[in-house]
Amino acid sequence: MKRHTARWTRAAVALAGVLSVAGCSLIGTDGGSADSGTVTLVTHDSFAISDEARESFERESGYELRVRKTGDAGALTNELVLTKDAPIGDVAFGVDSTFYSRALDADVFVPYRPRGSASIPVKYAVADTRLTPIDAGDVCVNIDKRWFAEHDVEPPRNLRDLTEPRYRGLFAVPSPETSSPGLAFLLNTVATFGPDQGWKNYWSRLVDNDVRVSSSWQEAYNQDFSGSSGSGQRPIVLSYASSPAAEVDDQGRARTEALLDTCYRQVEYAGVLRGAEHPKAARELMDFLLSWTFQSQVPEQMYVYPTVLGVELPENWERVAPRPEDSTELDPRRVEDNRAEWISQWRELTRR
Amino acid sequence: MTVDLSPRGSPSAGRRDVGTDNGVLLRRVGWSACALLVLGFLGVFFAWPVLAILHRGLSTPDPGLLAEPQTWRLVAFTVGQAAASTALALVAGLPLAFLFARVRIPGKVLLRALVTVPFVLPTLVVGMAFRALLGTDEPNAFAIVLANAFFNVAVVARTVGGLWARLDRRAEDAARSLGAGPLRTFRTVTLPALRPAVFSAVAVVFLFCSTSFGVVLVLGGGRYRTLETEIYLRTVRLLDLSGAATLSLVQLAAVLAALTVAAFARRRGGAAGVSGSEVPTRRPRGAEWAPVAAAGAVLLALVVPIAALVVRSLRSRDGWSLDGYRALSGTGQGALEVSGWQAAWNSAHTAFDATWMALLLGLLACAVLVTSRRRWAAELMDAALMLPLGVSAVTVGFGYLITLHLLPGDLRTSPLLVPLAQALVITPLVIRVVLPVLRSVDDRLRAAAATLGAGPLRTRREVDLPLAARAVVTAAGFGFVVALGEFGATGFLARPESPTLPVAVSELIARPGELTTQMAYAVCALLMVVTVVAVLVIETLRTDSPGEF
Repeated sequence: MKRHTARWTRAAVALAGVLSVAGCSLIGTDGGSADSGTVTLVTHDSFAISDEARESFERESGYELRVRKTGDAGALTNELVLTKDAPIGDVAFGVDSTFYSRALDADVFVPYRPRGSASIPVKYAVADTRLTPIDAGDVCVNIDKRWFAEHDVEPPRNLRDLTEPRYRGLFAVPSPETSSPGLAFLLNTVATFGPDQGWKNYWSRLVDNDVRVSSSWQEAYNQDFSGSSGSGQRPIVLSYASSPAAEVDDQGRARTEALLDTCYRQVEYAGVLRGAEHPKAARELMDFLLSWTFQSQVPEQMYVYPTVLGVELPENWERVAPRPEDSTELDPRRVEDNRAEWISQWRELTRR
Repeated sequence: MTVDLSPRGSPSAGRRDVGTDNGVLLRRVGWSACALLVLGFLGVFFAWPVLAILHRGLSTPDPGLLAEPQTWRLVAFTVGQAAASTALALVAGLPLAFLFARVRIPGKVLLRALVTVPFVLPTLVVGMAFRALLGTDEPNAFAIVLANAFFNVAVVARTVGGLWARLDRRAEDAARSLGAGPLRTFRTVTLPALRPAVFSAVAVVFLFCSTSFGVVLVLGGGRYRTLETEIYLRTVRLLDLSGAATLSLVQLAAVLAALTVAAFARRRGGAAGVSGSEVPTRRPRGAEWAPVAAAGAVLLALVVPIAALVVRSLRSRDGWSLDGYRALSGTGQGALEVSGWQAAWNSAHTAFDATWMALLLGLLACAVLVTSRRRWAAELMDAALMLPLGVSAVTVGFGYLITLHLLPGDLRTSPLLVPLAQALVITPLVIRVVLPVLRSVDDRLRAAAATLGAGPLRTRREVDLPLAARAVVTAAGFGFVVALGEFGATGFLARPESPTLPVAVSELIARPGELTTQMAYAVCALLMVVTVVAVLVIETLRTDSPGEF
């Protein structure tokens, strides 16, 4: 009996030793508890903020900013809906035009009009004060300028051109099923060619013209596209109006170009989450998101355009990645009501 | 009152058990506490979240889905591709297992580490590398099978190799001297003895492949879908929880069926003559060159995609360049919150935490499984612990979102959740690596110890533990590697700003620009280096472990 007890004691001591070492390693991770001096921003994987902007917010507000990233705009919205009764943060940023109505229908945000919302131009503004437009990332067709110069082919100008035989096998696009820009492109075809048969006919012609559909923007842009570092085979790709700003050579010239007549406006919104643990801090964070400090760094941090009037783009953007003026749009309500069906119809159309 | 230690119920009449009733009681309480701890963890971090999300989905059931032929095509393709991938991984892994277990070659430790590398690589970049290497633009089922096997060869090589290294060579030698050819000897002597490890490996690989996600998305090109990708689409993209829950139930049923088959197959496994020390390796002779050559071919096939990723990290438009590596000290123009080096540290740190948790749980579970007198209860617990490998990561991840806030200290956005979720996936691997070794320990050794007056605990310490020590270290290494590669639900958690290497890769590659892309591949290479170093360190531990005595 005594021997057994001694053995158990030894085992327990050993276990305690292991646990304490391991415990130390766990404590090393940054604190998981939410105290009153923090504000938590829930966002998507593409969120980025400069150190200066973050420090400026923390210094002026006195709150520590915690960022929690998860998936893309779609995944983020769905997670917000799912955690409605017990939100995982105070402010959510990154719900986009495509998922706007879903977030509002589920009522995950409370109304708040941040300071500075008066300077948002009409084309981005929304009536509902539960969501505030923070940036715009127009989804456009991009081309590899050098390829067209070398092959002496006239570049396409609009979506319709992409179905012409001379652009056969040249276009790469991510799938609307699994990719946010892919979905924006599908919506663009609906907006451009009509919700009934128009967009379907267009897609049939795209498929006949050997469009390459991949599962993600990463594949389409980094692997299929010839104008990026991946040096793929296809000189036309679906990406963003801002992408050429990342493809600038030593002389400051962009190797790629966004076709400004092929764009779909994708606005990203932020809002205060219903049931937020720190509502006051959340409102201050919202004000900050519309401040000049934050707005002026979104182009370089996230490759998107600021929504506040008068915030300047970085120097070379006006030249290589100007803001598209005539982007198409669909009413968020219509998107919400038809998204699943359009995707499923698209699936049928492109099944070969 | 005696406690029968034998899992197979061999006669224990000759055994002398030392210990009073109190001791027996204490032991029983101890084992029950172990079992409760393990099952409690499984309950909180797996069963509860999964049931909660299924419950929410099934509150508006979608029975029509089960009637659609498309659903059953999905099931067929899921099982079919997993079976084919598993078969390929087995065929490719066995020669490697032989090479590692039996053959003396220089630099074997490095080779062992190299084989492990595929396991940690992010599926998106590997999928893209396979597309480039196979030169295929079309959706390709064969490419899916190939990539799945690429990821999982290490599981077979390591699990089977571990047992093979300890398999007494004399039985094979006897068969050969009795006139059996090399193939026949392998089939009738070696393979039956390896059976427990082979089935362990097959079960794990099958589950991994049936829930394979990134590879199917990239190489399946929307045409080839599995239950896993469909559950992802419905949950994450469409928020169709009802459809997702229905498919999750189908997936659960398929996994349970597979686990039942595996359990029966394992049961038929013979007790091999496993010795305490590794059989010495030697230079290959005669017919042994065939598997050695095959192993060489497999190694080459594994190296090609790995090399392709390394090359990509070194190439810029203007030729070779180290810019991607130089960029590791920065944040990739703001794409990451931390530097590449910091991400490596985060990875190692998280993997360490996940590994010790999984070892603790896995070893407790093994102790309970080997000790339990109720065979069915042991099988049930074993199968329950395997389930996290076969259930959709999305289901678990989204399940966390709607449950874990009910625990004290909202874990949903805590940095702790990542290692916890990882431990869930690693624990069954620990069990699969350690349990076959424990089960193939010759019962006569335990009986001898008992006859010499050792109590059950002492027997465990003096007989089982030294024999299993190497397996435990192997399991630790394997678990660490799995944690480095970030399997399972962690991709669907709201993550704190401390990206690990795989997260860094995905954040970098999601941006335009040559430098960030090059840096993404440099981070991949860094992930490989961290993996190789980890495996080498653990191999050193292995050689020092008491298992050598």
